Amino acid sequence: MSATLVLPGVLREHVGGRRALPVQGSTVREVLDRLAVEWPALERRLRDEQGGLRPHVLLFVGELNVRDALGLDTAVPDGAELYVAPAVSGG
Amino acid sequence: MAMAHLIALIGTRKGLFLARRPKGGGRWELDPIRFANLEVYAVGIDARGSTPRLFAAPRSLHWGASLVHSDDLGTTWVEPERAPIAFPEATGTALVRVWQIQPGPAHAPGLVYAGVEPHALFRSEDGGLSFSLVTGLFDHPHRARWTPGNGGACLHTILPDPADAQRVTVAMSAAGVYRTSDGGETWEPANRGIQAYWMPEGQRYPEFGQCVHRLAMHPSRPRRFFAQNHFGVYRTDDGGDSWRPIESGLPSTFGFPVVVHPHRPDTVFAFPLRADGERFPPGGRCCVYRTDDAGGSWRPLGEGLPQGSYYAAVLRDAMCADDGDPAGIYLGTRLGEVYTSRDGGESWEQVASRLPDVLSVRAVALT
Repeated sequence: MSATLVLPGVLREHVGGRRALPVQGSTVREVLDRLAVEWPALERRLRDEQGGLRPHVLLFVGELNVRDALGLDTAVPDGAELYVAPAVSGG
Repeated sequence: MAMAHLIALIGTRKGLFLARRPKGGGRWELDPIRFANLEVYAVGIDARGSTPRLFAAPRSLHWGASLVHSDDLGTTWVEPERAPIAFPEATGTALVRVWQIQPGPAHAPGLVYAGVEPHALFRSEDGGLSFSLVTGLFDHPHRARWTPGNGGACLHTILPDPADAQRVTVAMSAAGVYRTSDGGETWEPANRGIQAYWMPEGQRYPEFGQCVHRLAMHPSRPRRFFAQNHFGVYRTDDGGDSWRPIESGLPSTFGFPVVVHPHRPDTVFAFPLRADGERFPPGGRCCVYRTDDAGGSWRPLGEGLPQGSYYAAVLRDAMCADDGDPAGIYLGTRLGEVYTSRDGGESWEQVASRLPDVLSVRAVALT
C-alpha cells in the first residue's frame, strides 16, 4: 500500500526538511519498519528501541488515532494519509 | 600568563548553549541556542584528541533521548545514523534519559562511557559514536531492589580508573556506589560507612541503597573518592572499601555536586543546600564551600556570586572544572546563571545569565 506520512515541523529536520513522505506498508507497523531503514533518525523518534510507539506521540491514519484502533497493527488503506503529532499533555 | 581560549558547554532544561572566551581574555560570548526546547541533562568533552570532541544528550518528552557530538568545537552537531545508545531487545527496556557522558582514560582513546536512566552503564569503543550495554551491571542481582531517586532511576556518575581500564566505579540514585575490577563483568557495592539516614535505626548502613548524588576523583589519587550524598559528604581512600564523613565545617550535609580541583588533589568544592524540604542555600546565601585538606575543614567563598537572598540550587552535573592553568571552576544555577572562577573559587565572574535552568556544565581550555 502507498500512503503519505505528514510530519510536524519539529521532525522535518530529520527528513531533509520535508513536510510529508511517501511511505509503504499495509499496517502502521510495516510503515514504521520500513521507515526504520530509510529514515532511522525519524523512526526512533516515533518508536523506542523496543518497538513501542513513544507514549507522547500521536499517530493517526486518516482521522483514526491508532491507539483507539489496533495500535501498530492498524491497517493502512491505499492512499491514506498518516499524521504524526506531539501529544499536548498538560501545561 | 596568556589566557587560553575557553569553551563552556551548558546544558539546560530547554536547550544547549556554548560559551566562548577568546584567547587572551575578555568577555564570554554565547553562541545561539541549539536543540531549543529539549532538555540537556548531560554534556561531555573528550579532550584526548587533537581537537576536543563535544557531546550533548538532548531529550524530548515526545521524541525521546539522543546523543550528538561535534568535532568542530560546536559549529556543527552530528547524530549518528544508528541510535548511539539503545537497550538490546532482550532487556525489554527503553532508554529514558542520558545522565552522564564520561571519556575513558588517556591510554584508551576510543573508550567513552554513558550513564543512563533506567539504571545502566553503556560503553563505546569508537569514541562515543556507538555504545553497547554493560550487561554485568544491568544483570546485577541487586537490580530489582534498586529504587529511583527523586530525579529518576539514574546512573549519574562514572569514574574510570586513570591507569587500569578494567576498573570503573559508578554511582546510581538511589542504589549507591558500585565498582568493577574486571572490565564490567562483575560489580560489587562499595557503600560501607555511608549512611542511609531514612532507614530505621540499626539498618542505616545497608550494603547498597544509599542515595549518592555525586562522586569525584583526582586522577593522581585513583583510590580516593569524594561523595556528596543526600545528607552526608564522605571520602574513601581505598577505592570504596570504606567511607568516612568529611562534613565538619559545612553548613549542611545535603547538596548535589562535588568537584576536585584539577591541579590540587586536596582541594574540593561543594555547594551545600538546606534540606530535606527547601533545598535552598543555607541562610539564603549563594556560597561555594572549599576544602584544601581533603575534607578536614571547609570555608565559604562567594565573591562575585549573587549577593542578597538567594534560593536557587546547583544540580549535580552543573559544577565542573576545566584543565587550564590556572584551572577554571564553573557552576550553573537553576536560575540560568553560569559563573566561573580562575583563582580556585576565591572570586567568580559571570559567564552567562538568564538562561533556562542549568542542568549540566563542562568546560575545556584550548591551547
